[in-house]
Amino acid sequence: MSEQSQSEAVKSLEHIAEDIYKQIKDGKIPEMKIPVRTKNNIVFDIRHGVWKYGGNFGHRSAKKLDGAYMLLRTLYMLDFIKDMIEQKKSSTLREMYYISEGWNEAKFHAQDESNNLVEDLEIITRYMREDFKLRPEEDGARVIGNLTINETNRKGVKKRINCRDDVGDSGYTIPYNVEKDKIEFFDVDADFVIAIETGGMFDRLVENGFDEKERAVLVHLKGQPARSTRRFLKRMNEEMGLPVLVFTDGDPWSFRIFASVAYGAIKTAHLSEYLATPSAEFVGITASDILTYDLPTDKLSDRDVEALKAELSDPRFQTEFWTSEIKAMLELKKKAEQQALAKYGLDFVTDTYLPEKLSDMGIL
Amino acid sequence: MADIAEMLAEKQKEISVSEFFERNRHVLGFDSSIKSLITAVKEGVDNALDACEEADVLPEIYVELKKVDDTEYLIVLQDNGPGIVRKNIPKVFGQLLYGSRFHAIRQSRGQQGIGISGVVMYGFLSTGRPARIVSKTKGKSAATEVVLRIDTKKNRPEVISEDAVLWDEVKHGTRIEIHIKGRLVRGKQSVYEYLRRTAIVNPHARITYVENGTTYVFERATETLPRKTVEIKPHPYGIELGTLLKMLKSAKNRKVKAFLTDEFSRVSPSVADEICKKSGIDPSKRPAELSVEDAKAMLKAMKKVKMMAPPSDCLSPIGASLIKKGLKNVMKEYKPEYYVPPVTREPAVYRGNPFQVEVGIVYGGDLPKDRPVEILRFANRVPLLYQQGACALTHAVEKTNWKQYGLEQKGGKGIPSGPAVILLHIASTRVPFTSEAKEAVADIPEILEEVNRALKECARHLRLHINKLQKKKKTSEKFVIVRRIIPEIARKSAEITGKPVPPIDRTITGIMGVLWVDDEAKYRDKGYDVEVKVINYTPKRLKIPLYLDIEPESIEKMEPEGIRDGRGIRYDMDIRSTEELNIKMRLRLEKGEYSMDVYTDKINPVLVVGAEPLPGDWNIETEKVTVRSAEEGVLEE
Repeated sequence: MSEQSQSEAVKSLEHIAEDIYKQIKDGKIPEMKIPVRTKNNIVFDIRHGVWKYGGNFGHRSAKKLDGAYMLLRTLYMLDFIKDMIEQKKSSTLREMYYISEGWNEAKFHAQDESNNLVEDLEIITRYMREDFKLRPEEDGARVIGNLTINETNRKGVKKRINCRDDVGDSGYTIPYNVEKDKIEFFDVDADFVIAIETGGMFDRLVENGFDEKERAVLVHLKGQPARSTRRFLKRMNEEMGLPVLVFTDGDPWSFRIFASVAYGAIKTAHLSEYLATPSAEFVGITASDILTYDLPTDKLSDRDVEALKAELSDPRFQTEFWTSEIKAMLELKKKAEQQALAKYGLDFVTDTYLPEKLSDMGIL
Repeated sequence: MADIAEMLAEKQKEISVSEFFERNRHVLGFDSSIKSLITAVKEGVDNALDACEEADVLPEIYVELKKVDDTEYLIVLQDNGPGIVRKNIPKVFGQLLYGSRFHAIRQSRGQQGIGISGVVMYGFLSTGRPARIVSKTKGKSAATEVVLRIDTKKNRPEVISEDAVLWDEVKHGTRIEIHIKGRLVRGKQSVYEYLRRTAIVNPHARITYVENGTTYVFERATETLPRKTVEIKPHPYGIELGTLLKMLKSAKNRKVKAFLTDEFSRVSPSVADEICKKSGIDPSKRPAELSVEDAKAMLKAMKKVKMMAPPSDCLSPIGASLIKKGLKNVMKEYKPEYYVPPVTREPAVYRGNPFQVEVGIVYGGDLPKDRPVEILRFANRVPLLYQQGACALTHAVEKTNWKQYGLEQKGGKGIPSGPAVILLHIASTRVPFTSEAKEAVADIPEILEEVNRALKECARHLRLHINKLQKKKKTSEKFVIVRRIIPEIARKSAEITGKPVPPIDRTITGIMGVLWVDDEAKYRDKGYDVEVKVINYTPKRLKIPLYLDIEPESIEKMEPEGIRDGRGIRYDMDIRSTEELNIKMRLRLEKGEYSMDVYTDKINPVLVVGAEPLPGDWNIETEKVTVRSAEEGVLEE
């Protein structure tokens, strides 16, 4: 991050404080305008092929207790960020949450609250949290495949790492910052990237040598993927020209994982153009797979059913493929894990399922 | 129990009492082993309460259940009633329906059961063990102990032994020990629950309950005995053919006209004439000579002739203040935040029978929030534990639209849910039950209507209370905003921008926009410390009067000094926007006597929170007027 962009970030934060100050000075009830962050306020950005926030704004006003607290917290938070930048420090989101303990009235009651407010500041200022010297916890999403990168380590030394030969069986760990100043893609000898939801399936593909056999880069998503993982996928897609495939469990929550990789997550829709890979494709598990491969299943819970129904009105899922798969799952009333494929043996997923699906998709 | 008595009398010819008993167990309340214990206790306690009240004694009741083996219990019932004279003991306890006053028309508990002799009978039938009775009457030095069982073939007491014994710890009273087959449970239908509910509607009684060694005491909440009930004669509108025939047969009058005026209430000579005329009966005929056809015609005529409703002073409602005391006494473990002022309706009449409905509601505290409200049903001060769904009292609750009164109700009908308990009491000379088991009140339109009105009246107060809570919550949130958060926002935004802290007055008045009044009182050392805080959160300077409705004589100190005015104290305030006035007072008042209303004038009432507009009668000097009926129920600290 350049000095300049950081001082600009500080300026934009100060601007928020000035705005609140002025409102009080003018005898007004202070408020802040923030885009509504729900599925009802995301629109498709044709230029980038991703979903971003639309034009609906909410007012966070000190007239209500919650709003008043949020305004005060915003001030405390931006003061804290300003201090950090000036002192050339950085902190994790969790550290900041704990620091808020000393903020009296302004302290947070859960880390979600502080994380959300950081995102709010990103939206208002159009800077990213990295500009605010805030970073998430290491989440350790892993990569294995014939991909060579140059990573600038903490000592400022560029290290060349091959993500197959220079790493152990658990692979290369994606750091929280994957921007160009940190990671350069040097070379790749693979045909596609496959992003996998669960660690068990990732390890299965590694053990079966899927990366070498099918010339694939394997990425472990670790559930709902972190920003850096999504950014990493997008860069591989754009800079190395690798198609990205997403392989998850067959349930509504996994569908959302795919949507956040391909279309952008609702929570971070202000960053969709940096994080989403619009050309990513869904491999499975689908409702049709459950039938085609006669997979072992679990019953949909009430929450699952609600989630599926919500997806039917989520603008990101308004494609023929998704509406028919979601409806099929609702009809089946069943869901399946990707590891259910083990019903037909440990090699079934790499020898049969993925080759079949990938050739259908024209990848193999 | 009149109907059972008739049944019994008829059947007696053919079958033994025990057989009759066996056949009618469900009607008599002995249809399950759980219910048998409750029925036994109920008969004993009902009797004891009736006896004590009749003798003007504050009831002191002791109930004990002791497990003998897996299916058998020893029941001990003891009261401080007048006692029973020696020669009557065998009959009272050893003969079914002895002394049943089934002609008497009055409000009593007794009309609801088979009587204590039924319990003796069931105990003997189920365990083979006799009952032991000890009774002592006033002024006697010794008590009488009788051990007896019932000759189930002849319905006659069989005395096994009779002794004079010493019983020094009581002046008078009766103790019964009966072995009985039964099963003891906890829950909505249990002995404990029966006694707890009995305690609610009989706050003049002290009830001690010992269950297998554990003692529960329901303390007395009042020293006042309920008004004695008066016997009345039947009203023609409520009479049935069977009873009329019996009355005609046993009539002492020589003429039908005299019979009508003497034996019925509200039948004047002219009404009697009209009945005779309408039914074509000679008024001078001897009553005993009337045929069944005549009686039928007379009955028909009775219902057509206009006459006054039966007298209702024969009823003895519990009364609003005692319902509240009773509820407070028993519900305190739930720390309810509000006892809605109970409602006692004026007496009404159904089919010639006077009745009266009472309703009480308890709200909030630790009462469960997401479950259906608890409904406590009572008939003539006796708890009804069974058949809740079949009861008119329940039906009236279900038909009420509780949403508009602040309780949840799915689909706008049915039993509402929320942190509340609803008490319903019907007092009548004849409570119309759905069946002989006397567990549910029948759906009589007049009764439904009365219960419904009582519920609505009570529920209105509940709504006021809930509204007040919500308003208070809303304004206290705003208070936090303007007192704590806005100053912080101003300070912090100034700090970040490096500017002086901006004035926040206009922002604050923009958020509040009201004159805020808050009064707080704390009891300390035989008096109250009172603080009245007035903050002007309007954008303008206010020069208006503030009135405190408080007896000037009770004021020991006040700071600043106010002016005596009307029936209280006046302050001529002059407060700039966002400034405040603090009044401190010391009042010499007994604990619980504190109540103060605060009024303002010359300001739009919507701009005031915590004070009411000055009432029109402010200048009328009266004894301390309490206007706070809606707040009466708040638990004293």
